[in-house]
Amino acid sequence: MKLPNWRNQALDPLIWLTVSSSMIIIAFILLPLFEMVFQSSLADLRETIRDKDVIQSIRLSIYTSVSAALISFLFGTPFAYLLARKEFAGKKFIESIVDLPIMIPHPVIGIAILSIAGKNHWLGEIMSSLGIRIMGSVTGIIVVLTFVGLPFYVNNVKTGFEAIPVRLENISRSLGASAIGTFFRVTFPLAWRSMVVGMIMCTARAISEFGAIVIVAYHPMIAPVMIYQRFTAYGLRYSQPVAVWLIILCLFLFLLLRVFSIHKKKMT
Amino acid sequence: MIRIENLCVRLPDFSLHKIDLRIQTGEFFTLLGPTGAGKTVVLEAVIGLVPVSEGRIWINSRDVTRLPPEKRGIGIVYQDYALFPHLTVYENIVYGLRYHKKDGKKTGKNLDFIVDRFSLRRILGRSILNLSGGEMQRVALARALAVDPSVLLLDEPLSALDPNFREEIREILKMLHADTGITVLMVTHDFSEAQYLGQRSAVINKGRLEQVGTVTEVFHQPATPFVAKFVGMKNVFPAIFEGRKAYVANLRIELGCEESGPKKYIAIRPEDIHIRGDKFPPGTPNCIEATVSKILNQGFYSDVIIESAGIELRAIISSSSLFRMNLTEKSLVYAAFDTSVVHAF
Repeated sequence: MKLPNWRNQALDPLIWLTVSSSMIIIAFILLPLFEMVFQSSLADLRETIRDKDVIQSIRLSIYTSVSAALISFLFGTPFAYLLARKEFAGKKFIESIVDLPIMIPHPVIGIAILSIAGKNHWLGEIMSSLGIRIMGSVTGIIVVLTFVGLPFYVNNVKTGFEAIPVRLENISRSLGASAIGTFFRVTFPLAWRSMVVGMIMCTARAISEFGAIVIVAYHPMIAPVMIYQRFTAYGLRYSQPVAVWLIILCLFLFLLLRVFSIHKKKMT
Repeated sequence: MIRIENLCVRLPDFSLHKIDLRIQTGEFFTLLGPTGAGKTVVLEAVIGLVPVSEGRIWINSRDVTRLPPEKRGIGIVYQDYALFPHLTVYENIVYGLRYHKKDGKKTGKNLDFIVDRFSLRRILGRSILNLSGGEMQRVALARALAVDPSVLLLDEPLSALDPNFREEIREILKMLHADTGITVLMVTHDFSEAQYLGQRSAVINKGRLEQVGTVTEVFHQPATPFVAKFVGMKNVFPAIFEGRKAYVANLRIELGCEESGPKKYIAIRPEDIHIRGDKFPPGTPNCIEATVSKILNQGFYSDVIIESAGIELRAIISSSSLFRMNLTEKSLVYAAFDTSVVHAF
């Protein structure tokens, strides 16, 4: 194999432009994060992780985010399948609706959810009569996190379904399998990695949510709200260790995502 | 038996118009047409994968028009094999058996026969990701036949194969049909495949059937200019008929017999036109003086396009003849073709 001629390529201004831009972007992302991690001493980190409030907030963050991912899995999978496999009038419009939560400012999402969860709305009234409370509750947090995480799940799984040739499903039907049987024997085994990746992305997105949560449920506190509360009440030094633990959690999710993404590429 | 009556399919970007076909039990029928003609849509309508707007489809005297694909008892093999990538060769072959139980027992009594017939025994445990094109197509055929379908549909099963495997699978298809007597509907764009495998053929273009008949009929007596060109009659011209003669522009062509009924076109195969540098003997029919306007080198042979009396004729000559005659563009040549090779329609 012939090695690339770097000497000639180095003279190309386009290479210089791309490499320098890439380095600026990587530094822009990593520098504040590294700075924050290394400004927190090990003692601070140890002390923070023993703090019951911090543990409680991180646990709540994981619980609500994973719940949002599971709800996305349950309702988002059939929806993604419909979008991937069927052509119908208004499909583009429906796809745009799925992307709306990504574009709307997050406090607006919080206000929108509260506006239907209040007693002056029929839906809020029904939920209230069923004993379901949104404002200031774990249920409210899960609703918000599902709202912001769902597009990541649906879009990822839709792409996964699209990558499976429809002819495999046709063959399965011709061999005697029903549509449901075909889904569980052909489509699901080939798409489950996309679903896992979608759930990880949904969880990661949900864990980082702050703007909508702070409107709907300041309490009970999830980790980002806890960081904000520590920052406003005690300053940077006290909020940093909690933030570092949250970053470690996010890095773990990111690693999981990479592992499944690599396997997914190998399969295709 | 497959009976297709007045079949219409309307898709967003394509339509099938009033397709009528009757394929007898045990027949090997080929549906021919260029890419985008609607061949695969016909297959997918027969198997139940596209919605039928009008018409009826019968399989062995059972109306299956409104039945889901899994209730029709039809096997299909695609050109890209469509094997399940998460299953082994064996798992692919037995995939459909659980849906075809008789008296509570799985069918598949002929599984051993199929596995041996397609020489698959030594690769049964392998992942399909490591198979050659020929092996994949053999597995796809075995999988379709394992459930003992009453009808087998083949969607260009030889197209994606390289020449060695193509010959191998073609032989297998021929033997398979002879051994099992299964009714086969195969779509292809390659007329040589139809000639080798098929008993009868239909030609489809832009969603409409152009001609249905025996392979020989379609090859020698095309019914439309499209079919004529599709089966290799490169010289198709509108003509005026007068007794045993036809006039194409200023060129007079003698016919083998007096044409009866309304005829509009004549067609001549390029391989039936003989070219030489000197005059043909007196009395040779359809002998014309022409100028070479283009020579297209096709490797072992060349297409020679000659012009005479305002029309262009395409002839084929071997590379050695081309070399011997020292033909170049603008050369003066003599061409002749027998009256029996002129097809009027």
